[in-house]
Amino acid sequence: MSYDLVLRVGTKLILPFILLFALYVQFHGDYGPGGGFQAGVIAASTVILLAITCGLDLAHRIAPQAVVQSMVPLGVLIYAGTGVAGLLLGKNYLDYSVLAHDPAHGHELGIFLVEAGVLITVAGTMTSLFYAFVERGR
Amino acid sequence: MLLTLLAVVTIAIVRQRSLFGVVILASIYSFLMASVLIVLDAVDVAMTEASVGAGVSTVLLLATLHLVKTTEMKRVRPHLLPLFVSLGTGAVLVWGTLVLPPFGTPDAAIHKHVAPRYIADTIKDTNVPNVVTSVLADYRGYDTLGETTVIFTAGIGVMLLLRKARRRGRRDDAETSR
Repeated sequence: MSYDLVLRVGTKLILPFILLFALYVQFHGDYGPGGGFQAGVIAASTVILLAITCGLDLAHRIAPQAVVQSMVPLGVLIYAGTGVAGLLLGKNYLDYSVLAHDPAHGHELGIFLVEAGVLITVAGTMTSLFYAFVERGR
Repeated sequence: MLLTLLAVVTIAIVRQRSLFGVVILASIYSFLMASVLIVLDAVDVAMTEASVGAGVSTVLLLATLHLVKTTEMKRVRPHLLPLFVSLGTGAVLVWGTLVLPPFGTPDAAIHKHVAPRYIADTIKDTNVPNVVTSVLADYRGYDTLGETTVIFTAGIGVMLLLRKARRRGRRDDAETSR
């Protein structure tokens, strides 16, 4: 099945910028609007766009289903693991102040880890849902 | 203006019988909702609404339409009970808003509880200037953990549902071909 040339080239031009924007939303979430949820959805949308314009096989090659599906529990584990790390270091669950020497830095690190967990779960879930629907339709 | 457009789109969704049109109108509704949220200075929520509501939901709904019929069924009989239930719920909600403090009042109860402490201490506690992020991931970390778990559970559930049905379909095909 051949796909439209203009769409294919256009997608390839725009994809890196969408991905970069997702990373910006993720890592700039401390200062501006955004965070794990939004960045995860934007990152998933790159894979979905690629699958729509260039075919599912290419999307599967770039984001293999096994990887995407294992991202779904991995993010939750990172989030919960950050909480357990606080527990092991002698504070309450999800208390980040012990993660670094300075409590404020610990909180910063904790927020970063937690947001990364959210990003991974959301991106994985959205992409796997899309894959599941498309596979079912074939 | 935006609220009028929202109402127009809602009526269009109700009257539209082609489900493809409904999906596209729902996407427009989400974009309008995102604009409303920007007007309300809730940029984080607006971003979520635009990316999830207008973006990924539309794609997933279109993918669902690929699996099912794309026109709405003709209704068999008028649904009077659901109409009364929704009208009643709406009336109760409107009645509830009557005793709320006017929109934007600084001394409303919700602005007096923990919000001032979060806004004052976020830099000292977490080094994160965006209060939305620090509340989401730090002060209310348990809630966000629950939220992430909900996404995880829902995603796994839908995947299992689709996969199981696919396998069963294959077995049916094998039986009919035999």
